[in-house]
Parts: sequence; C-alpha cells; structure tokens
Amino acid sequence: MTLGATARTTARRWARPVATGLLVAAILFPLYWAALSSLTPENRLFAAPALVPRELVLDHYRALFRERDFWTPVRNSLVVAGATTVLSVVLGTVCAYALARLRFRGKAVMLAFVLAVSMFPQISIVSPLYLLLRELRLLNTYPGLVLPYLTFAMPLTIWLLVGFFRQLPAELEEAGLMDGAGRLQTLWAIVLPLSWPGIATTAILTFLYSWNEFLFALSFTLGPERHTVPVAITLFRGQYQVPWGQILAAAVVATAPVAAIVLAAQRRIVAGLTSGAVKG
Amino acid sequence: MASITLDQVSKTYPNGQTAARDLTIEIGDGELLVLVGPSGSGKSTVLRLVAGLELPTAGRILIDGRDVTAVPPQRRDLAMVFQSYALYPHKSVRENLAFGLRVRRVDAAEIDARVRLAAATLGIEALLDRKPAQLSGGQRQRVALGRAIVREPKAFLLDEPLSNLDPLLRVATRTELGLLHRRLAATMVYVTHDQEEAMTLGTRVAVMRNGAIEQIGPALALFRRPANTFVAGFVGSPAMNLWPGACRRLDGRARVASAVCSIDLDEAGQSVPDGAELVAGVRPHDIDLTSDGDVTGRVEIVEPLGPVTLVHLRVAGLPGEFVRVIVPSDARIGVDDQARFRIRRDRLHLFDGRTGRRLN
Repeated sequence: MTLGATARTTARRWARPVATGLLVAAILFPLYWAALSSLTPENRLFAAPALVPRELVLDHYRALFRERDFWTPVRNSLVVAGATTVLSVVLGTVCAYALARLRFRGKAVMLAFVLAVSMFPQISIVSPLYLLLRELRLLNTYPGLVLPYLTFAMPLTIWLLVGFFRQLPAELEEAGLMDGAGRLQTLWAIVLPLSWPGIATTAILTFLYSWNEFLFALSFTLGPERHTVPVAITLFRGQYQVPWGQILAAAVVATAPVAAIVLAAQRRIVAGLTSGAVKG
Repeated sequence: MASITLDQVSKTYPNGQTAARDLTIEIGDGELLVLVGPSGSGKSTVLRLVAGLELPTAGRILIDGRDVTAVPPQRRDLAMVFQSYALYPHKSVRENLAFGLRVRRVDAAEIDARVRLAAATLGIEALLDRKPAQLSGGQRQRVALGRAIVREPKAFLLDEPLSNLDPLLRVATRTELGLLHRRLAATMVYVTHDQEEAMTLGTRVAVMRNGAIEQIGPALALFRRPANTFVAGFVGSPAMNLWPGACRRLDGRARVASAVCSIDLDEAGQSVPDGAELVAGVRPHDIDLTSDGDVTGRVEIVEPLGPVTLVHLRVAGLPGEFVRVIVPSDARIGVDDQARFRIRRDRLHLFDGRTGRRLN
C-alpha cells in the first residue's frame, strides 16, 4: 500500500466522525448557551461572554417559579399537549386502521381530504376559529385549545399510521379473523402490539407539535391562568426591559419534558422511522 | 366437522379480473379436497371465498347446508393455515395456539388442556414458550397447523402449507398431514400447485385453470381418464406426451394419424369425422422401447430418476417436442442412439384437437 492510499484511508475513516461531531456541536451549542446563560447572574449576562462559566446561580429559576408562577403555564401545556396526543392517537389509530385495511367507497377521497385539512395555513383559520370558539364558549378553556390542535394533529397521525399499518402483512389480520376475533379485537390484540414503534413515533411528534404551538395558544387564551409555555415566555418581556435570564431559564424548563420523552422513547422512534426500510 | 358447498360461485375483482367462474363444488363431511392448478388459476381465491376473506360476486356458499355467503370469517368457525404461516410474532407458541380459544372465552383450564393436546399431537410441546422468530421453518409450519387443530373447527382450509419447506421435510410433512386428516376425520380444503401433493393427499382432486374447474374426481380417475388435454398435461409426472394429429379413414375404419403414430381408433372413436383434428396422448410409461417398434427416434437426453430412467427422443416430423419414454433404469441406452419404440394402443388417450375434450 502506498503512502497516498494510506492517507486516503485514514481520511475516510475520520471524515464521518468529524462531520458528525461538527453537526452535533452546531445543534447542541445553542442549547448549551441557553442553559449556561440561565445560570449566569443578571449583571454578568451582557459582559464579555465566556464558554466556561465562572459562577453559576439559580436566581433566574427561583424568580421564574416564585415571582412568575411558571408552574401554571407548564401545567397548562402538559394538559393541552397530553390531551391532544391521547385523543389524536386513540382516534387516529382507529381511523388509520379503517383507511388502511377496510374496503369502502370513497376511501382515496377521504385520505386526500384528511390531508387537505392540514394544508390551510394556521394564520388563515385563526379568525374563523376564534369566532367559532367564542360562540361555543370555549375561549380560554382547555377544550378550546385541544379541539383546534386536533385539526392538525389528526391528519399527521392518520397519515403516519396508515403508512405503518399498510406495511404489516395482511395475512396476520386474516389469521386473527379466522381465529374468530372481530375487526376491533384483531386491531387490539394483533395489530396494535406490532405497531408500537409507529404509534410511539406518532405520539411524540404530536406532543412536540402541541407543546410548541404558539399562534392558537396566543389567540384562544385570554389570561395568564390559561397561557401555555410558549405564550407565557413571550409575554415575559415588559415594556422597558427583557428579562433574558428568566426567559432562558423558562426555555430550559420547557425543553426538559420534551427531551425526557424523546430520550425515553428513542429506541422505539428509531425503529419506527426505519421500519419501512428493512423488512423483518 | 362439516360439509361445504359452493353453489354457482363467481368472483370478479374490481379491475375486471375473474378469479372464479360459476363454480359448483360439493365437499363432503370428512373429505380432503385438493384444489390444484398453475399460479393464477383461482385456487387460492376459492379458498378465501370459503373462508369469507373474499366475498363472491355471484352464487352462494353453504356450510352444513346453511348459507354463510354473508357471514364474516370470524363467525364461520373455519381454520386456515396460511402459506406464510402468519404466526403472531409477538406471542409465544402457547399464546399463538390459545388465541383462537381465548377469543371464544373458553375457560383457562380447558384452553391449557387443548393446547397441550394439540402440541402433543404435533410434537411441539418443547417449543411452547418460544416466540415464532426462534423457530425453524418446519417448526413454524407445525405451530400453524397446531393453531388450526386446537380450535376443533368445522373445516380446515390449507393454502399451500408445504411450499415453504425443503423437499425432504415437505414429503415427510405431507405424510403426516395425511395421517392427521384420517385421525381427525376432518373436512379439509387444500390448495397446492404441486400435482404430486394433490395426487397423494386428496380424497378428490379438482384441477383448476382460469378460475374454472377443468376436472374433479379421485386422483387416480384424473390420472387414468383425464377429461381434456390440460388435465392430461398437468396431472402425472413425467407429463403425458401429447401429439397433434388428424383422423383418417383406412378401409372404412377411423385411424389417428400423426407424425409419431398411426393407430386404429376403438369403437368410441368411429364417429369422429374424417379429417378432424385430434390430439393423441400417451403417458411415458405406456411406451416401450423394443427393436421391433414401429417408430424410430434419436435419443437426446437421458435422465436417470432412480427406479426408472426418463428418455427424451427426437422424432422426425415432430419438431420442437420430445417423445418422453420411461425405461427400466438398467436399460442400456445412451445419447445419440437410434431407438425404436411402440405405443401401447390400449393406453392411448384421444382428445378433440380444437376443444381439447376427451374423445375415447
């Protein structure tokens, strides 16, 4: 082997880890910076930045929960995102199974329609939804957020799960039917246990969507008792000052549950995302 | 156990493809009916129609005389063994066997007893706690069978159950299936594309092509008196020789004349009009190689099958086709030999050249 070839092989061996490292650093650095800043005293925030902190304090977190009652928006977000996820996965699973497996008239049209629903830009439906929710007396309530969230969560859930159900071998369900189980029982005992990766992926994506949603939450909640996390953080800024330390502390708190869920379900998500690639 | 009747059943798919044409079949209690045919002949569709997994576009399906055409599969009380086995991958073998009973709310002690019995029948007791992924092909096949017999259903539907096994295991399992059928005295409908499987297993065999039944009857009846050229060519291995020819009168008697043979027709054949196109069929073991034979051919391929040897002869006037002859395995014969042969006239099968129907 010549020297040039050795160099090439070495380069190839190192190219991938180096590229991966750079990418991870680019993604993680803002997070690190936010976490670091949230622990830096207010008077140092605008001093010369240091990568390694000299002094860490919990002042901002204390202020966040004592002065601002940040628990309320966190609780609101958990309730709204959680309810949206549960409803959307339960209803979406049944819908998706019907669309994937049952034979009925107008199935293709219905699937296209489901997709069409999610094509409206949020901003274009905010006003009509506001009027509608006001008439239904659902403004500033949890259902007033969960119902609109379902309009974009359901199409996502249905499309993801239809794709997932379609790739399960149909013979398994036919075996269930021949064994005497009805459609719903087959869905419950055979299809669902085999679909956990897909359902977990869908649930996490729905939760992320609902957790991060801003426009509806801002428009349909009126007072701080119903504000969700993104809305609450935005409204931190006062007329004369922006409490950067608290905003960043809140951002870290908002990231925590999402990160926890994703890490916990990581293996299943990976299985869900790649399950179409390799037929087991 | 039960009888199954298909009454003028047709199935046309929305894309216009017809998988079953006006089928009427009666399957007796305890019978093992084999549906055999090339791929695309509609045999699997018939099975799925009986199962209720497909709905017929016309006709009725009856189980024990009761019309079940509109009854969904889960209420027909039939068991099916799939070609892919379709074992539940997330359940252990024990749970796979028990599922059909649990669904029917059989009590736990009874389930346990029946699962044990089925497992013992099939010799899979040791595998009960494994998952399907940990089983070999043959073991999976047994579990699939076990899942069917544990339910004691009205009838068994088997869709090419042996086609994923290696040849040795396939023959052994075939024998076991035959034994199982006799022991359970069960009504079975068995789909295969393998004519040998059909011949060995079936109480009766139905040969299918293009969604229609070409002939139905006991295996040996199909072998001895195929109703048309398709069945003649499909049933029996090595396949029957089929030669095109015509009817000629000689001294007032009708003869079949082809490149290979010129044989007097028997009484039944005397009504065939002069000049009519015919197909003459002779099985390879109904041809003798003898030095005083009346036709000569050149040996092109010699295939020793073990107990006998299959010889392919090239005969002048029959381009593009071999004359297949079975000879004893100790016959001294080699490639490029000239061989004389004679057809056993009483074993001649005669078919109409245009319709393919049997004439004698």
